[in-house]
Amino acid sequence: MDLLRISTAGSVDDGKSTLIGRLLYDTDALTKEQEALIEKKTAEKGLADLDFSVITDGLIAEREQGITIDVAHIYFSTNKRKFIIADSPGHVEYTRNMVTGASNAEVSIILIDARKGLLEQSYRHFFISQLLRLHTVVFCINKMDLVDYSEDVFLKIAADIQRMTASFEHSNPNIEIIPISSLKGDNVVNHSSNTAWYQGETLNSVLHQIESEQDIVTAFRMDVQNVLHVQNNEFVDYRGYSGRVASGTITLGDEVMVYPSQKNAIVTEIRKDINLLENAATGDSVSISLDREIDISRGSIITKNNEAIPITEKSIKAKLVWLEEDQAAIGSKFLLQAGSKTVQVRLEQIHAIIPPENPSNLQEASSLKLNDIAITSLKLASPIFLDHYAVNKNNGAFILINPRTNNTCAVGFVE
Amino acid sequence: MAVQNSHLQTLEDESIYILREVAAQFQNPALLFSGGKDSITMAHLAKKAFYPAKIPFTFLHVDTGHNFPETIEFRDAYIKKLGVKLEVRYVQDAIDQNKVKEESGKYASRNSLQTVTLLDAIEELGFDACLGGARRDEEKSRAKERIFSVRDDFGQWDAKKQRPELFQILNGKIEFGENVRAFPISNWTEEDIWSYILQENLELPSIYFAHKRRLVKRDGAFLALSDYLNLVDTDEIIEDVVRFRTVGDMTCTAALPSTANTVKLVLDENKASKHSERGARIDDQRSESALEQRKKDGYF
Repeated sequence: MDLLRISTAGSVDDGKSTLIGRLLYDTDALTKEQEALIEKKTAEKGLADLDFSVITDGLIAEREQGITIDVAHIYFSTNKRKFIIADSPGHVEYTRNMVTGASNAEVSIILIDARKGLLEQSYRHFFISQLLRLHTVVFCINKMDLVDYSEDVFLKIAADIQRMTASFEHSNPNIEIIPISSLKGDNVVNHSSNTAWYQGETLNSVLHQIESEQDIVTAFRMDVQNVLHVQNNEFVDYRGYSGRVASGTITLGDEVMVYPSQKNAIVTEIRKDINLLENAATGDSVSISLDREIDISRGSIITKNNEAIPITEKSIKAKLVWLEEDQAAIGSKFLLQAGSKTVQVRLEQIHAIIPPENPSNLQEASSLKLNDIAITSLKLASPIFLDHYAVNKNNGAFILINPRTNNTCAVGFVE
Repeated sequence: MAVQNSHLQTLEDESIYILREVAAQFQNPALLFSGGKDSITMAHLAKKAFYPAKIPFTFLHVDTGHNFPETIEFRDAYIKKLGVKLEVRYVQDAIDQNKVKEESGKYASRNSLQTVTLLDAIEELGFDACLGGARRDEEKSRAKERIFSVRDDFGQWDAKKQRPELFQILNGKIEFGENVRAFPISNWTEEDIWSYILQENLELPSIYFAHKRRLVKRDGAFLALSDYLNLVDTDEIIEDVVRFRTVGDMTCTAALPSTANTVKLVLDENKASKHSERGARIDDQRSESALEQRKKDGYF
């Protein structure tokens, strides 16, 4: 059984919570307590259809306001696959949560209200899934019951979606478009006779058919998290560099290049707990030992000698998404963190702000404010050895930390 | 070694990564250990994360005094085998010092009283991070919890002030006096935990498996008969073969009639039952937002 991480996005009242509730209900993934709660709330509100929103709208404030205000994680599994859904809110002011939810996802589900069609926010949602380079985007045209399950309405919105996706030159994700009603259950898990004109798959079967992301990056990258040093009877002088492989593979005997010290060494041991391994690949948490003592500590990155080298410059160009209320002026200083690597940076230049609803209409700006997406240049106190995000997602993204508040104030993608 | 399930492998690698970040980013981290299956899994992952080096965390147990004796016995034997340092702090001490007031009545529980003892222990022992075995699938407000959750000087959790967490990058920067609750098994479900316990052949306290026990039947639920429970006239005392799905206090953890006496049988039975795990926690059923309110007050 494998694991698929999904992010959902939609505007207020597009019915995301209802969709997730429906998905869980129709795949028989809800507990008896949850089913009882749905029935109780439905009766209290005097609704004709089941009220699924009580399952995902977790916090008191949300229940009071009837909206979702933070990323919630929902877990469910079928016989074939395990799913983690990051349910992100869709208000303009909560873009940061959407980026957050999508950052660990492979697939994005975007909800569109059939009565309203594409809204400014739909463009924003799609733009964010492209910014993060998610390989599959599923558009659910929801509330089809409220437009009499009209094929014409569906086709018009589908054409609009195709126009929007075609305007992004640099991405080639899988796009799926499905007419659904979460409230009534059409085409979520079960094929609907109300949309006999629709020959495609249900949402549930699309989610089961998506291929989990293949590791297309070959260059090996591993940040050192801790140096494990042991001297006892069993381990005379053990030195292991622990970390999680960000990309590529490493095999015993490989020659590595460690940054920032730029020293070479040979891999003599790859260990996971008591097990000694021949090799390790993307995602593995291991400890690596080397044949000689070199300058290596937390924040070092291990790469392979005969492979592409990371960026060694002290200046990088990056797209930033601003995540906090405090604005950032040119010249402001931050702490950049990527994996276990950290470095002081200065915001050197803001080349342009990208309006996500119309990405080609670049704007000028002298500072960054909440929810801005910008192309910037950063000056680093010392090189940090990242890769281009388009080449290596796992070593191409970073966060900025505001030294005045310790808050995570931006996420960055190396251009 | 058993053939590993790929999603369990992913979850294990992710948890090990988080445990290593906690060890690296904090000066004095604690691992909250109750002797329950989630904290046992977390401790096992910590062993794997640093082997052959020692686990770099102090273990902390906030003992309500109302635990199942089987759990405490297991806890002590397990800690000895693991070779780590365990600090125990007692809710009874906070009651004796008049810092908290014991609840009274039929539903009296020490569950929410733990918070004061936990915050006192954090301050006394100077912990800047506490590892907890909470999982996002347990309860709705847990579903919104970050991996690193910053608490202020008063241990409070503010849902609206949580830091966004992107990719696998964990920002543990805090001011002196603040601390972080870190949840390395956030993305595990109850089924994942049991599958992992089966795969890794982990030992658990005996109360997780079917055994004969004297019980109090109350409001359709079965509670363990103990000195800590305030009995009322309508309570009915029976004997049955049961197991417990969580190991909270004896006063608020309901038993499940069951004959499942192995990990495999428990796993199968949980899958078939469709009841939620915390459905057997009386303390969470007080209201729809019971756990969220306790978390705001500093509960872990």
